[in-house]
Amino acid sequence: MTAIVEFNDVHKQFGSLEVLKGISISIEEGSVVSLLGRSGSGKSTALRCINGLERINSGSLAVCGRELSKMDFDLRALRQDVGIVFQSYNLFPHLTVQQNVMLALTRVRKFSKQQAASVAESVLGRVGLSDKLASYPQQLSGGQQQRVAIARSLAMQPRVLLLDEVTSALDPELTGEVLRVIESLARERMTMVLVTHEIGFARKIANQVVFMHQGKVWESGAASILSNPGTRELKQFVESEL
Amino acid sequence: MLGLTTQQAAFILQGAGWTILLSLLGFIGGCLVGIPLTLGLTAKTAAARSLSSLFINTVQGIPLPILMFAVYFGAGATGYNPPTLIAAGLAMTIYSAVFLAEIWKGCVRAVPKTQWEAAEGLAFSRFDIWWLIILPQAVQIATPPTIGFFVQMVKNTSYAVVLAFAELTYSARAVNNTNNEPFLIFTIAGVIYFLICYPLSNLSKRLERAVAIKGRT
Repeated sequence: MTAIVEFNDVHKQFGSLEVLKGISISIEEGSVVSLLGRSGSGKSTALRCINGLERINSGSLAVCGRELSKMDFDLRALRQDVGIVFQSYNLFPHLTVQQNVMLALTRVRKFSKQQAASVAESVLGRVGLSDKLASYPQQLSGGQQQRVAIARSLAMQPRVLLLDEVTSALDPELTGEVLRVIESLARERMTMVLVTHEIGFARKIANQVVFMHQGKVWESGAASILSNPGTRELKQFVESEL
Repeated sequence: MLGLTTQQAAFILQGAGWTILLSLLGFIGGCLVGIPLTLGLTAKTAAARSLSSLFINTVQGIPLPILMFAVYFGAGATGYNPPTLIAAGLAMTIYSAVFLAEIWKGCVRAVPKTQWEAAEGLAFSRFDIWWLIILPQAVQIATPPTIGFFVQMVKNTSYAVVLAFAELTYSARAVNNTNNEPFLIFTIAGVIYFLICYPLSNLSKRLERAVAIKGRT
């Protein structure tokens, strides 16, 4: 297996605050990696570095064959390979559900309107929202909005999908519908990196778990480390989240 | 009618016409100049931002009548004597551009930063992000304050009286100089200003609904 995302001694500062203190993570194609940690541990920053929303200060970060520590890579090409879904959905409020999915297809992928519309219909069908094509985001529940956001990313056929605490803003009864979509993607061997607080879910679908603490990879390995933590910090984290 | 001769009434109405024309000139000019100023204020480059704010701060510190004098006599100093409509229109353009740019900057900033991130994450070009994602949302936020400012501008055209431009306030004063019935004549002028401004305020409400994002209350 080859690594599709490879962090090597990556450092990242915001001003004088060092949030990533030399992390190394290797993510294989087709795997699901879960980044865990308390807030401020650097997990979301690490995730955002993968599609260039944050730039790394030193070390090397290779994503889909591009070296992100060099300044000359094509950011827009990278982002066509790496989709991201946010905690707060961030749908475009002035567009319908279907238009939300279609816009990047027509403008970035240069699909025709008809092609884009049919791709949008099919991905929205996959996330169970075929009946909401003409709705506006504000007319949907949080769980439905998040499924639209996932569909919007999927439509671009990314090689890696980043999920940044995608269920954290949802009411508990709405998380299930989003998690089921992610599970189905995992079964299709979509490469996914997810920052999540749902330890149970991470244990269920992640091939690899990375526990971050104070800007470092504190412990990582198969999901079984969650049942059998090797460090006091991970043990405390697992206990506090359950 | 109301103690005015037909000519006097016509003169006042003509003044109202000039007021409307001057407001439109200032507003359209203000929009045309205000758009690049807004882009300057929200630009990534620090130089563009400071240059735009310097211009805005300078103009905002000058009272409108002084600005009108400055444009009128400033143009005169170059040897060209502009018609008062052009001088007043130009002053109104500069004046409204800086206020509109400030209003619009706030509206662009009011579009959440996460909209930029979502758009960047989907690999949109910078132009597409502006044009297809940020602008439509900013326009919705900007509509009520922009029309509100237009109402202000209609009233501010009365400062063109300093250039002896025959807008509504000037013509009312001229008629009063012969009739000496200030209460009556300036009440008429006030009512006419109201009749111009009230539909605008109404329009603002209707536009607000027309551009409202569906499902948002």
